[in-house]
Amino acid sequence: MTLDLSLLPDGGLHWLIASGDHAGIVISSRIRLARNLSGFAFPARAREGERLRILQEVREAMPRLASLRDGAFVRVDECSAQERLLLHERHLVSRELAGVERKGAIPGAGGVIVTGDAGVMVNEEDHLRVQSFRSGFDIAGALRDAERIDRELGQVLPYAWHQEFGFLTACPTNTGTGMRASVLIHLPGLVLTQEVQKVLQGLQHMGLTYRGLYGEGSDVVGNYFQISNQTTLGRTEDELVDQLMRVVRRVIEREEEARRVLQRDAGYIIEDKLWRAYGTLRHARNLPAEEAMTLLSAVRLAAGLNLLSGLSVYTLNKLLIFSQSAHLAQAEGRPLTEGEANLARAKYVRQVLANEARHTG
Amino acid sequence: MVCDQCRERDAVVHLTQIVGQTVAQVHLCEKCAAERGIETTVAEPTHPLGDFLQAVQQQAAQLPGDAARCAYCGTSLRDFRASGRLGCAQCYGAFDQSLRELLRRVHGSTRHEGWRYEPQDASEGTAPDREGTLRALRDRLQRAIADEAFETAAAIRDEIRGLE
Repeated sequence: MTLDLSLLPDGGLHWLIASGDHAGIVISSRIRLARNLSGFAFPARAREGERLRILQEVREAMPRLASLRDGAFVRVDECSAQERLLLHERHLVSRELAGVERKGAIPGAGGVIVTGDAGVMVNEEDHLRVQSFRSGFDIAGALRDAERIDRELGQVLPYAWHQEFGFLTACPTNTGTGMRASVLIHLPGLVLTQEVQKVLQGLQHMGLTYRGLYGEGSDVVGNYFQISNQTTLGRTEDELVDQLMRVVRRVIEREEEARRVLQRDAGYIIEDKLWRAYGTLRHARNLPAEEAMTLLSAVRLAAGLNLLSGLSVYTLNKLLIFSQSAHLAQAEGRPLTEGEANLARAKYVRQVLANEARHTG
Repeated sequence: MVCDQCRERDAVVHLTQIVGQTVAQVHLCEKCAAERGIETTVAEPTHPLGDFLQAVQQQAAQLPGDAARCAYCGTSLRDFRASGRLGCAQCYGAFDQSLRELLRRVHGSTRHEGWRYEPQDASEGTAPDREGTLRALRDRLQRAIADEAFETAAAIRDEIRGLE
């Protein structure tokens, strides 16, 4: 099966548009709801035949659901390794379902429905993982989208439900609402002023937690953090979202404050550092992934400080996704070795930045 | 090193005696040391790791119903403790007590306060369809056989025969 990305509505990347609140600092807001179908063992315990039936039921339900009817359905386990990585780089499929770190066998009967801003993973850790994305800081909006899909799905497919515990999930850390609300946030100011550990540790006292760019188990690179709720039971979805919003608003203030301090106390040092990063990206011929993330983080900060005026946040968001290995390979139309990807990455970033500079004069 | 006194047993007490201007080393076994009235605290050699392992085993043995299995999917409480993942929705009933404690510890609560859900067939009060039940039972049977849980498998087989 060949994955034709042009069939995915907006390529599943509408959230890169950078239209939401605080889009310079908060890249995206995301809601994930874990749901299971009644009468089937959870995916890890289910046999292949059961997982296939679950996939079939979801697929058959799609035309009856207004929120998913126009979505694209992709059988993840029938995609090539590169296509699976591509879906993962777009945040459409988790690393588990994409089998990113596995050699050989990947989870059977895995699927994903992709619509513009939302989607449903099938047969991940739970039967269904409803997810919705919003550009910028808009968790409440993402929650509304996810709720609509969830209500429609739940009317057609009977969920595993418990009067006291709520929605039942494979991992008890998700039981209840099954909801993980998160923001992908860029905190270079707090990292540079060495305040970030203090801020992140504070999150844990408020029922929140943080991870790297690609969620659970991923490293923090490029000063990108995912902040999300830690608990899922005993509070309503709205309460959990409100709490996250309150704390993230405070984190944004701290980040803005840190940026002011940096400009005031280390103006020319920061300016030099950021222009050097931009210079490297404009001219490098060989660009490893992690270095690219670090330099792009610096350039994003430079744009935030109004040092670099011509660079749009949308372009920076796109660079974040399209400079990754599977996307480069897709653009080149062939698989790339790591060395080849580094050359292709340098070329791609140079082109995008040169283009942007030309348009803005 | 053998005991200076009996020359039979291993010396476990090493004494430095100073008498007048002379310093003498005396090595004694536990028995001879006791006979001379020397207090020893080294009753027997201790193995910290061994103690620890023993304590863990004792604790594990005390965990109630560790071998208990979910009748639907065959997951045992031990499986759950090892993987952190439940096998199916019925596990919540099978491991109710342990889960309540865990949920309270993780979330600070066991009561869902969020969106309510009306399960479709339950709300209508209709009997679950026969085909669906049979299908679920056959799945259970396969899992029970795979787990070599033959008693459970036999019970499920009888249930299927009854329905057929």
